[in-house]
Amino acid sequence: MNSARVKKFYYLMKLGRKFELAAKREYMNGNIAGFLHLDIGQEAVSVGTMQAFDKGDVFTHYREHVLAIARGMEPKAIMAELFGKKTGISKGKGGSMHLFDPTLNFYGGDAIVAGHLPIAVGCAYARKIQGENAGVFAIFGDGASNAGAFFESINIASAWKLPVIFFAENNYYAIGTHISWVSPFVELYNKAKNYMPSKRINGMDVCEVYNAVIEAKEHIENGLGPYFIEAETYRFEGHSMSDAGKYRSEEEIEIFKRRDPIENLKKKALELGIVDEEYFREADAKVEKVVNEAVEFAASSPKPEDYELFEDVFCKECENAVS
Amino acid sequence: MLYREALNKAIDESMAADESVVILGEDVGRYGGSYRVSEGLFSKYGEKRVIDTPIAELSIVGNAIGMAIAGLRPIAEIMTANFSLLAMDQIINHAAKFRYMSGGKMTIPLTIRMPGGVSRQLAAQHSENYETLYSSVPGLIVLTASNATYAYYGLKEAVFLNDPVVFLEHELLYPMDMEFKEIKNFDPFKAEIVKEGKDLTIITYLKMRYDVLEAEKELKKAGIDAEIIDLNSLRPLDIETIANSVKKTKKCVIVEEDHKTGGMGAEIAAQIQEHCFYNLDAPILRIAGEDVPIPYNRKLELLSIPTPDKIVKKILEWKAKNGI
Repeated sequence: MNSARVKKFYYLMKLGRKFELAAKREYMNGNIAGFLHLDIGQEAVSVGTMQAFDKGDVFTHYREHVLAIARGMEPKAIMAELFGKKTGISKGKGGSMHLFDPTLNFYGGDAIVAGHLPIAVGCAYARKIQGENAGVFAIFGDGASNAGAFFESINIASAWKLPVIFFAENNYYAIGTHISWVSPFVELYNKAKNYMPSKRINGMDVCEVYNAVIEAKEHIENGLGPYFIEAETYRFEGHSMSDAGKYRSEEEIEIFKRRDPIENLKKKALELGIVDEEYFREADAKVEKVVNEAVEFAASSPKPEDYELFEDVFCKECENAVS
Repeated sequence: MLYREALNKAIDESMAADESVVILGEDVGRYGGSYRVSEGLFSKYGEKRVIDTPIAELSIVGNAIGMAIAGLRPIAEIMTANFSLLAMDQIINHAAKFRYMSGGKMTIPLTIRMPGGVSRQLAAQHSENYETLYSSVPGLIVLTASNATYAYYGLKEAVFLNDPVVFLEHELLYPMDMEFKEIKNFDPFKAEIVKEGKDLTIITYLKMRYDVLEAEKELKKAGIDAEIIDLNSLRPLDIETIANSVKKTKKCVIVEEDHKTGGMGAEIAAQIQEHCFYNLDAPILRIAGEDVPIPYNRKLELLSIPTPDKIVKKILEWKAKNGI
C-alpha cells in the first residue's frame, strides 16, 4: 500500500459517499427528480477503476456519479445536472443518468442496460486502427450480463482482439432480481472466460480493484485483446430512490455493510501506520466543503431557458437545414 | 449509370477523400456486398476500413456509434431494412439522442444505409422500409435515394454530415441503369420536381417514383397534366416545395409503398392541411400499401402495393367522385 495512493483513494471514495448522501437528501427535499441511482457501498469500484484506467475512453451505465467524480468531472457540474440546471454537465438535459464529457473521454451514463457495450466495442475498434493503445473501459452491472448486447460485445471484442476492459459490477441484484434467479452463473466471469482472460475480484477493496485494472490495462495496451473483470460489490441503498427493498434481507445488507470499502481502507491504513488520523480529519473536512459548495452551486444556478428546448437536436449545419 | 454503381462511387470517393470514412456490415468486404454496392472496396481500402461484421445488427450500429465517437465517419450497412429493427435501440435510443442528452457535447457522424421496400417475392420479413418509424424520431435525418444522381450526391453528403443519417435505398433499383446528372450546389434536403404540371400534384419517393411516372403516361392520355414531386428527404421534409406545388394545382395525391395507416402520407397530408388547407379543391388522396404484411405469392404481393394501373384507376375515381 502506497501512502499517497491510499490518501487519494480515501478522499475520492469519501467524496463520492458524501456526494451521494447529499443527492439523496436533495432528492427528499424535492430538488432532484426522476431516477436517482446511488453508488453508496460501491465506491471502491468507481474509484479504484478510474484511478487505474486514467487514459483511454470510458463507457458507463447510469449509476455513474462517483465514477464521473473519480474520472475528474467537477462535483458542481454533476450536482447541477442532478438539479436540472443550465450549468449542469449536460445543460440540464440529461440528468442523473446521463453525464457526458468528451474532454474527459467519459461517455455515459447510458440508461439502456447493456446498450453502451456495443458502442464501447466500436470505439475500441476505432482506437485500434487509429494506432492508440490506451483502449476502452466499459463498466456494467450483473443485469447487463444477461442481455444480448453483452454477448455480441464479448464475441466481437474477442474475435477482433480489441483493447477493451469489460468490467462487471456484480452487486447481485438487477433492480430486485437476484442474479441466481436468471443466470446459470452467479459468478459472472464464467460467461466470458472462453473469450478472454477473466477473473473475479473483491470489489469492496479499492486496492484490489486498482491492481486488477492495472493488470488488465497492461494486457490491452500490449495488443492482447480484451480482458474481463468481475468485481463482487454491493449497494447499501435501493436500486433507485423508488425502491422499497423488499427483495433482500436486513441481515444480508448488514453483512455487506461490515465490508464498507471506505471504513475498511481507513482502518487498514491506520493499522499499518501509513496514513495518520490527521489526514483523515482533513480529508473529511475538505469533502464536506466540496459537497456543500456543489449543492450551493446547483441550487443557485439558473434553469435552462425555454429556447434551449430546441437546441442540440442537430448540429448547427443540420439544424439550419431542418428549421 | 447503375444505381448501385452510383452508391459505390459515392462511398469510394468518400473513402478516398477522408481516411476516417469506414464501411461496416454483413458481407460488405470480401463478398462485395449483398447487392454489390461495396464491390471492389475491400481490395482497395483493406480490412481495417471495409469491415466484415457478424450477423448482429445491434452491434453493427452500436459499433458504428462507438467509431463515430472516436472520430471516424462510419457507414453502417444493414442488409435489409427489416433487420434494422434489431438495431432499433442503438439507432433511436443512442445515435439519435446522444447529442441532445449530453447538452450538445456528443457528435455522432454516422450513416446507416439500408435497402428495403417490396422487392420480388421475398415475403414479409424481407419486404419493408421503415421510413415512417425513422422519420418520426427527433435527432435522425432520413434520406431516400430513388435515382443514381441522388444516390451519389445524397450519400456523399450524408457521410460528411455531423448527425446520424438513415439512408434508405430500394432493392429493385440496384441493377437499374439510370441517367446521371451532374449537379452543382446540391442540397440533400430539397425535393425534386420531376415533372412540372398544372392540374394536380403527385408526391412520392423511392421506387414509387417510377410507378408514378408510368401512371403519368396514362393520365396524360386522359388529359391530366400532373406535377410530380420526389421528396428525397423525409426528415427534414421540404414542405416549401410541396406547399408551393399544392397551392398551384390545388389538388394533391400522395403515392407511397409503405402501409397506409400511420404511413408517410399521413404526416405529409397533415402538414399540407396546416400549410394550404384553403387552397385545396378536394380531399388529399393517399395511394399506399395495404395494411397487411407483405405476402409471398406474386399476385397477392402486387395487390398489396401501388402499381401504375392502380395509381391511374384511383386517381380517376377520386377525380370523378370529387367532381374535379
